[in-house]
Formats: sequence, C-alpha cells, structure tokens
Amino acid sequence: MLKRIASGPYLVWIVLFILIPILMIGFFSMVRTDAETGAYYLTATNFARVFEPVYIAVWTRSIKIALEATAICLLLGYPMAMILAKMNSRYRTIAVMLFVVPMWMNFLLRTYAWMTILGKNGILNKILMFFGLPQMTFLYSEGAVLLGMVYNFLPFMVLPIYTVLSKMDQSLIEAAEDLGGNKVNVFRKVIFPLSLPGVVSGTSMVFMPAVSTFVISNLLYGGQYMLIGNLIEQQFLVVNDWFFGSAISIILMILILVTMAVMNRLSGNNPEEGGVNLW
Amino acid sequence: MVNKWVKRLYTLLIFTFLYAPIVVLIVFSFNDSKSTARWEGFTLDWYRSLFQNRYIMKSLYYTVLVAVISSISATLVGTFAAFGIFYMRTWKQKLVLNVNSIPLLNPDIVTGVSLMTLFVAMNMELGLMTMIIAHITFSVPYVVLSVLPKFKQMPGEMLEAAMDLGATPWYAFKNVIIPEIKPGIITGGLIAFTLSIDDFVISFFTTGSGVSNLSIAIYSMARRGIKPEINALSTLMFASVLILLLIINKRTKIEDI
Amino acid sequence: MKKIIVLVMVMVLTTVIFTACAQEDKVVLNVYNWGDYIDEDIFEMFEEETGIEINYETYATNEEMYTKIKKGGTRYDLAIPSEYMIEKMIREEMLEKIDLSKIPNFKNIDEDFKNLSFDPDNTYSVPYFWGTVGIIYNTELIEEPINSWDVLWDEKYAGQFTMMDSQRDSIMVALKKLGYSMNTKNLDELEEAKQLLIEQKPMVLAYVGDNVKDMLISGEAAMAVVWSGEASAVIQEYDEFEYVLPVEGSNLWFDNIVIPKGAENIDAAHQFIDFLCRPDIGFLNADYVGYSTVNTETLKLIDPELMGTTYAYPLDEWIENYEIFNDPGDFILEYDRIWTEVKAN
Repeated sequence: MLKRIASGPYLVWIVLFILIPILMIGFFSMVRTDAETGAYYLTATNFARVFEPVYIAVWTRSIKIALEATAICLLLGYPMAMILAKMNSRYRTIAVMLFVVPMWMNFLLRTYAWMTILGKNGILNKILMFFGLPQMTFLYSEGAVLLGMVYNFLPFMVLPIYTVLSKMDQSLIEAAEDLGGNKVNVFRKVIFPLSLPGVVSGTSMVFMPAVSTFVISNLLYGGQYMLIGNLIEQQFLVVNDWFFGSAISIILMILILVTMAVMNRLSGNNPEEGGVNLW
Repeated sequence: MVNKWVKRLYTLLIFTFLYAPIVVLIVFSFNDSKSTARWEGFTLDWYRSLFQNRYIMKSLYYTVLVAVISSISATLVGTFAAFGIFYMRTWKQKLVLNVNSIPLLNPDIVTGVSLMTLFVAMNMELGLMTMIIAHITFSVPYVVLSVLPKFKQMPGEMLEAAMDLGATPWYAFKNVIIPEIKPGIITGGLIAFTLSIDDFVISFFTTGSGVSNLSIAIYSMARRGIKPEINALSTLMFASVLILLLIINKRTKIEDI
Repeated sequence: MKKIIVLVMVMVLTTVIFTACAQEDKVVLNVYNWGDYIDEDIFEMFEEETGIEINYETYATNEEMYTKIKKGGTRYDLAIPSEYMIEKMIREEMLEKIDLSKIPNFKNIDEDFKNLSFDPDNTYSVPYFWGTVGIIYNTELIEEPINSWDVLWDEKYAGQFTMMDSQRDSIMVALKKLGYSMNTKNLDELEEAKQLLIEQKPMVLAYVGDNVKDMLISGEAAMAVVWSGEASAVIQEYDEFEYVLPVEGSNLWFDNIVIPKGAENIDAAHQFIDFLCRPDIGFLNADYVGYSTVNTETLKLIDPELMGTTYAYPLDEWIENYEIFNDPGDFILEYDRIWTEVKAN
C-alpha cells in the first residue's frame, strides 16, 4: 500500500507542473486569437514566422556562439581536467574545491564581475593605459558575451571530465604504455575514448545554458545582441506575443532534447545519470 | 621537469581566470569611490548601504524563505517518490523517469515561461507562492535522482523482511529504509537548497507583485550599471560559499558520505 | 543524523523568525514604477506618517509594465505609465477610477497638465512628471555642436552613442528623422524607419535602459538618446554634458500615476498619490530624479536657474513642433513586429 501511494503526490505534481505547462505552450504555439472575438484558431503562422530570415539569423547566431563557447571550454577544460586527475591527492581535493567555489557563487554576480572589468573605465583598460596602449571597447561586443559564457560555464566542462578521468582504470593506461604505445597514441586510443562520457556530459552542460541564455547577452552586450533566449524573453515580457514566444520555446526545447538524445547515444551514457554527474 | 612547470603555469592561469573577477569585486567593495577603476581609500560604506537597502534585504529574506520551504518540500516529495518509483513496474518506471528528466534537460527559460503560462492560465497571483511551486518543480527531479540509486543499493527485500517481522509499513519505512537511503536524501536536499538559492531564470518568469529573490535583485541592479553595493554583496556571498563548503567538506570526511 | 536535524531546525527557525518579522499585519502597497524614478527615501517618510508599507518593483519600459499587468497574476496598487500607454489601458479597461476628492493635493497640479487628451477629466490618472526625448552628449568628446537626429547616423560617431531600449521612442527617432509623424499608421513609413534603424544598428554601442546615466558619466558612451530627466540628473552634476532638443521634432511626454485593476489597497493608493502631490515630497522627487515637475507649488521650490534650460524647463517655442504619443490601437502589433525585427537583425 505504502509503496503505491508513496509516489502519488509526486506523480500529481509532475503532471500538473511539468507535463501540463509544456502541453500548454505546445498548444499556444499552434494557435492565435481572433482580434474581434478573442477565440483561439489553429494556425501555422507562429512556426512560419520562426523560419523567417530575420529569426533564422537569430538561431544561427545563438547556435554559433554557443558552439564557440563549448569548443573553447573543451579546449581549456580538458587539459585542466587531466592535470587535476593526475595531481597527488593532497592538492587535488583543494584544487577541485577551488573549481567548485566560483560555481556556487551566484551566476549573475559572476557575469556582473565582467561588467566592471571590461568597461571603458574598467581594470582592463586601466592596465592597457598603464602600458601606454589606447583604450578599447571590450564591453558591448560579441567577444564579451563569449567571454562571459566561457567564464560561467568552464567548471561545468572541467568537473565531469575530471570525474571520468579520475575513475579511469590506471592499469589500462599502464598496459597500453607497456605495449609500446607512445604518449600521443595512448591518449588518442585509450584515454580520450574512455573519457568520452565526461566530454559529452560536459559539452551538453555548457552548450545547453549557452544556447538559451538571455542574461549574459543582456548584461554584456546591452540589449542589442539578440540570442534565442532574448527573443523568447522579449516576446513574453515586452511584446506580449505569447503565441510566437511559445513557438520559439517549443523549437528550442526540441533542439535541446534532440541534441541530448544524440549525445547520449554517442557516448552510451545512461541518461538517468546525466543530471547528477555535476555532483 | 619542463612538463611539470607547464602544468603548474597552466593551472595557475586557469585559476587566475576563475578568481580574478571575484578578487576584483572583493577589493573594490572596500573602495571609497563609486568607480571600479581607481583605489581611493578603504571604506565599509558599501556594506552599510547594502544593509540599509530594503530592496536587497527583502530579496534576501525571500531567497532564504523560498529555499528553505522548497528544498524541504522537494526532499519530502522526492524521497517518497523515489520509494514508489523503485517498486514500480519497469515500463512505468521508465516513463516516470523520462518525465522526471524533462526539467533537467529543458532549458530554464522554457521551464520558466511554461510555468508562467500555467500560473496565469490558472489565474494564480504571481508571487511568493508561484515561486515556491516553481522551485519545488525544478528541484524534485534532482532529489529523486539522488535518492533512487540508494534504493537500488539496498540489500533486496528489506522492507518485506521488516514487515514479516511484524513492523507496520510506516515503521519499516522510518526505521529500516530511511537510514539506508539517508545519504541520498541529504545530497538531494542540499542540491535542492543550492539550486533554489542560485536560481534566476525560472524565478524571473514566475514571480511578481514585488516579490523578488536575490538573483532578480542583482539582475535589476546590474541592468542599471555598476553598483558598489553589489560588490559588497558578492564579497559576503563568496565568504558564505567558502564557509559552507568548508563545513560540508569537514562533515563529509567525518560521516563519509 | 542529529546534526542534520539540528541544521533543519535552525533553518526552519530562521524562516519562522523571518516570517514573523514580515507579518506585522500592515497594509502593504505594491508600487510598480520605472527604475530610478522616485526618491526611495520618501517611502520611509510615508510609512512613518501612515503606517503603510511600500513594496517596490521597477520596470524599464511602458511595454514591460503593460505586459506584466495585462497577463494577469500580479497585484499592483500603483503604476506610472506614459500617456499613450494610459490611453491603451483605459481603452482595455485595465485601470481603476481615481477619486480626486480623496486627493486634496491635486489642486497643486498645474492646469496645463490636467485634462490632457489621453485622459480627459483625469478620471484614471494623476500627473507625475513630464519631459522630452533628446540627445545628451559629452562636449569633451564631441566637439561640434549638435542639433539634429542626423548625428546618430554619422559614421564618425559609430560605437560612441546609445539608443533607447524602448520601442516607441527608438522608432520615433527614425520617423522624425524621415520627417514623418511618430504616431504614423502608414506601413510604408514604418518600414522605412525600420530600414533606417537596421542601417544604424552596427554603429550603436548599445540599446540601453536605466544604465545610460552610468555609461555617460563613466565615459563609456559619448552621446545618448535619453529622456530629459536623465540628462538633467547628469548635467546638474557634470558640467561637460549638454542636452539638445533636435530640430526635426521629438517626443513630448507625460507620465501619470494610475491604479491598475486588481489593486487591493485602493484607499492606501489614493493616500500615496496625494502624498506624491504634496509640494515638499514633489520637490524631493524632482530633485532626485531630475525630471520636470507638474506641480505648481513644487515649481516654486525649484532652483530658478533650471528655468529655460533644454533639459528641465524648456521654453515653449523650442518644443512647439513636438508631438505627443497616442495609442495606435491594434496597429501597435506592427510597431511590435518592426521593433522585434530591428532587434533581431
């Protein structure tokens, strides 16, 4: 009996607050209201509008910058994860901890920090001036947004890779080395393939927030650089076109879910663990 | 040998990258000037004006309130849910776990706007209540995922054994099962708490009527430009994170969870 | 386990104490206002006088405010929209009527600002501030005198100026430059304005809201399209800034206080409106935000040097070709679309 009812409240909860809301924006994405009667009618105009060239440009911009951020995080993060995994255990705990601390800092504060650094009168420009270099505009540029993303999401890349690397069976690597593999080959044929699950979960943990953010672009590029997240925010909070906003949200959701499914398939990851790898 | 130095240099660079902005915030929170460019003497004024800022203090109150209520509720609901899910038939379990993972995979902004749509359609007043519901919604899945594996590690049929020995189901649950899954519950609760404290996007869309949490307060202040009070706030938050982590780390060693 | 229980207990206890503090059975007035558009110190004065607590939330544009109230689910007792938005909200029956007999200080409001076309008889709104939209620039960074919107399309100033992140105001700039009415319902004119804004976009440093003052003061931006009061606040502290009223014409606006439908503390809201109309409070506000007062008694307290300045109290002849926004009705959807497309580009 207890077994049966134990999950009852939870089931009601997830139906009410997870399934129904998504069905609702699914519904809104396919309708509009009649201007006179206020009645809903089925239409494809919302989705058709998503594929107009202006908005296609927003999609490509978002995906491009998210991919760039992910690539940079991977390039910077993988070596770091390897270094961490090979550290002797005394320093390792501290080093991993040092990676976790900024992650626990509020994400808005982390973004805000860069506003103060990159500004025309920020530290960075002061340093440039100290060396007699001309002032530059760092803030309000695509580079600033990219930097903000890399800064915020780097730990999400390092930690999963580190977790996989540190659990890796050292004897495999030793065996490969004993069999005469040089370092590059051992890395390419043994270490890297074995660490793929970490790379995959790191990649999705960076790509996903990067592609849907509206905060980083708003704060570091002043409302002028529109990413998908900004477009959704604008439709729901400024323009009040929930129908178009829902259509974009649905497509973003599908994009993310498909990406995740493909990634999971690629790495043979267990999707159930995806969410908790972080911890 | 060269290799070792390269590694050290690299580690140093990455940590500098991670911490430089935080250090800048901390240093300038004591700066006697609105500018973040020049050092003009030591002051604690920004801390004073931070504590006198009613908007921030109120958001702090809401942040803590929402985090406590939502993490406790999520832990309760999630723990019982994991218990139920564990004894479900395979296909049903799979289905539930898939729905469970939607909030984990879905971009926050989509979760946020979809919850907002629901609340508005249900004619609920956006505010404290809706924010708490939203927070429970996104944290329950994490609790389920951290408790469920503990059930799987439990020696089989413990519940049946206890009940065969005459325990009521509730007694068995409380005295046999709970101790087994305790580490999972704690982890889940902590995750729920930290997620709630840190959330911005979902709260942003699901609150209103003057209720805002710290993240929203920071966002609306930051949108208006550089505010030294935010530097002071960062410093305090950084300090609390450090202390919290040290406590957890110590506790982890002792109880070895 | 014990430690955990203690931890939980402590957390619950803190919450209870927190909650207890907050629940002193006070009337709480939810005020929804533009960012940086009131002297927040007056909240405490109001609380001391009346025992009514102010709960304060801000927005950056009329549209953001409208959407938040329109979609429902919120409860605000007061808001301060601009004229065209008030017209729209009246049309959509989103506002409560205001009982002027409960606002004795309404007599202080200048007749010029009463009974304006968007709310004849002031049935739904009480004037708060008025002003213009113009260009503020830093004379140390921009040497030639400016008097036209054209400078915002001048390659020379690329990356040095900001536009407003407010759809009607930004579209207004383009329409005015083209010589059209800023209330146009002609789609071709709007499309032309859109092209102009898209053409301008690469030169714009940022589309900004409340942070424009900081950006000017810190030298981040040399020039900006702003509401007059923001210019006033900056110029009164920093001599190097100048505010101009473009010759092509611009926006003359009025912000009034309204009570949105759904407000729960209508009496308290009236009390607060009356409080805001008091000469001394009006002065504190005008002094803090920098905008031009609508209150004849407050005006007497204001520094006479501000009279006849472009940014605070301009001469009538400077702004005679200035227009007032009106509500375009459903045609607003076209403005929405144009703005979304400009921003997305």
